[in-house]
Amino acid sequence: MLSATGISKRYGAVQALDGASLTLRAGEVTALMGDNGAGKSTLVKAISGVVVPDEGAITIDGANVRIGTPHDAQALGVSTVYQDLALCENLDVVANLFLGTERRRATVLRHIVMERATRDLLEQLDVRIRDIRVPVAMLSGGQRQSVAIARALIGEPRLVILDEPTAALGVEQTAQVLALIGRLRERGLAVLVISHNLADVRKVSDRVVVLRLGRNAGEFDTAATAQEEIVAAITGAAR
Amino acid sequence: MTGTLARKPYTPKVAVERLRQGDVGAWPVVGGLVAIAIVFSALNDRFLAPENLTNLALQMAATGTISLGIIMVLLLGEIDLSAGSVSGLCATIMTIVHVKQGWSPPAAILLALAAGAGIGLVHGVMFTKLRMPSFVVTLAGLMGWLGLLLYLLRQGGTINLPFTGFISGLSDTWLPPWLSWALVAALVLVPGGAAVFTRRLRLAAGLPVTPLWWLLTRIAGLAVLLVAGVLVMSADRGVPLLLIIFGALVVAFDLVLRHTTFGRHVYAVGGNAEAARRAGINVTRIRILAFTLASTLAAAGGILAASRLSAVNQQSGGSDILLMAIAAAVIGGTSLFGGRGRAYDALLGVLVIQSITSGMYLLSVDSSVRFMVTAAVLALAVAIDSLARRGAPR
Repeated sequence: MLSATGISKRYGAVQALDGASLTLRAGEVTALMGDNGAGKSTLVKAISGVVVPDEGAITIDGANVRIGTPHDAQALGVSTVYQDLALCENLDVVANLFLGTERRRATVLRHIVMERATRDLLEQLDVRIRDIRVPVAMLSGGQRQSVAIARALIGEPRLVILDEPTAALGVEQTAQVLALIGRLRERGLAVLVISHNLADVRKVSDRVVVLRLGRNAGEFDTAATAQEEIVAAITGAAR
Repeated sequence: MTGTLARKPYTPKVAVERLRQGDVGAWPVVGGLVAIAIVFSALNDRFLAPENLTNLALQMAATGTISLGIIMVLLLGEIDLSAGSVSGLCATIMTIVHVKQGWSPPAAILLALAAGAGIGLVHGVMFTKLRMPSFVVTLAGLMGWLGLLLYLLRQGGTINLPFTGFISGLSDTWLPPWLSWALVAALVLVPGGAAVFTRRLRLAAGLPVTPLWWLLTRIAGLAVLLVAGVLVMSADRGVPLLLIIFGALVVAFDLVLRHTTFGRHVYAVGGNAEAARRAGINVTRIRILAFTLASTLAAAGGILAASRLSAVNQQSGGSDILLMAIAAAVIGGTSLFGGRGRAYDALLGVLVIQSITSGMYLLSVDSSVRFMVTAAVLALAVAIDSLARRGAPR
């Protein structure tokens, strides 16, 4: 669905990305792995419009696109959930889901339409929240992550990028979020997960793309690859 | 509707749980008001007399209106220290153009409100574009606008408004009984009808609803309160127009905050400005608008205060009016940390403060004691606010 080829980005003296490539397909979960400084974040920022790469091309459905701002990315169907989730803790789930894209008549909020849509979406994703009208601050970490992911789906995107979705979660909540990622795949979305956690990556992804020092260091079919092989690619021990 | 998504009705058990989680709502203030009423009426039987309660309503309006403006910036997590000075300055501008230049009262009032809006715009631009802390911007405003007020008043120091004029009349107009009762009926039937109608729409959309008995209880409670208020005030001079003006502002701002995108975005910016920005909300615009509204409401409060005094002088908007307005907002339940509060907090908070003031006055207690008691109530309110913030699980 989306493919980025030959992406390079230099920050002053640091070559963050040096001709990295990435292909994402609909209905597939791709994990992006690599050590700190491998260029994962920069590659994701290039796709989500936060940085503009120095070189390289991004195509969507085979057509060249220019992603200069996060807004461009959203318009092209790329939705990103950042690690800090960017939720307003004082607002309830409905308000957070529709933040910035409120359904309204003139300037008056359409509470019922938004709440109905929220419940339908959470139900489809099997996200369990007892009362969606309480402030998000009162939800658990896993529920908040789920709300942030659900919010990414409001604009009907085709690609969802998740930055370290399980980093701050306990065992049970991690399982919930991984199951949710599986349901995104069932919806036919392309999903890109950035993660440090090999166990989670093995549970949820179809493919693993490894970056090392700004270059591609391997691409693996998750089911058919041994853990050691991926670790070797990340650390560079194989070369 | 799956069982997991069903909304539990707001039972006492849920209420207790939410209380423990820090979502205390208006109950501490209402409890405090009841306590104040019991204590002062036990100490002095004139406290709950119609005349005293009517005076209380008159005294509330100016500070309450300024407090409503303070709430607009507190919701953003900011502060406006200039509201007192702005209220005095705008009232002075109104008085000068009316008394000295012969402008008609409505034109003079409009000019004062416009001046307030302009001042708020300047504060907002300095805060957002120059990135000055709101504390400093409005501290400069506190001194600067007071200076301008003194400059404008320099000959004489006091300008009287005509006693029988339109502006003074604002605080000496009493609603005829039929109009008071019509208003009570409207204030019960319109929100009540809207609540029942919304409930039916929610049922039609398959959404959980509050139980009908609870809805009706709340409407009945509101009706009892309003009827009692009108009965008491009718036993004196009637319902003051000043109270209606203040009440209308509170209701209007409550509707704006809860039901418009602007209101939603104010809460969002106060809760997490960075998240709001990333969601595509124009944070700068929201902030400038909030500061503009705050100063406009301060001007409105200043006009009401001038109307009650029938004059402006060097103390207009000075002494403790700013502190009382901020204290009222916080005592009413608006958080100093941003993102939490309602328009009704201005009404509840100023009711608490004026009740204490009025009760102390009846007991002929020195104002030193009044300050200390008000301070204790304020400290209590901020403590509840801080605990509520900490009590919310991260």
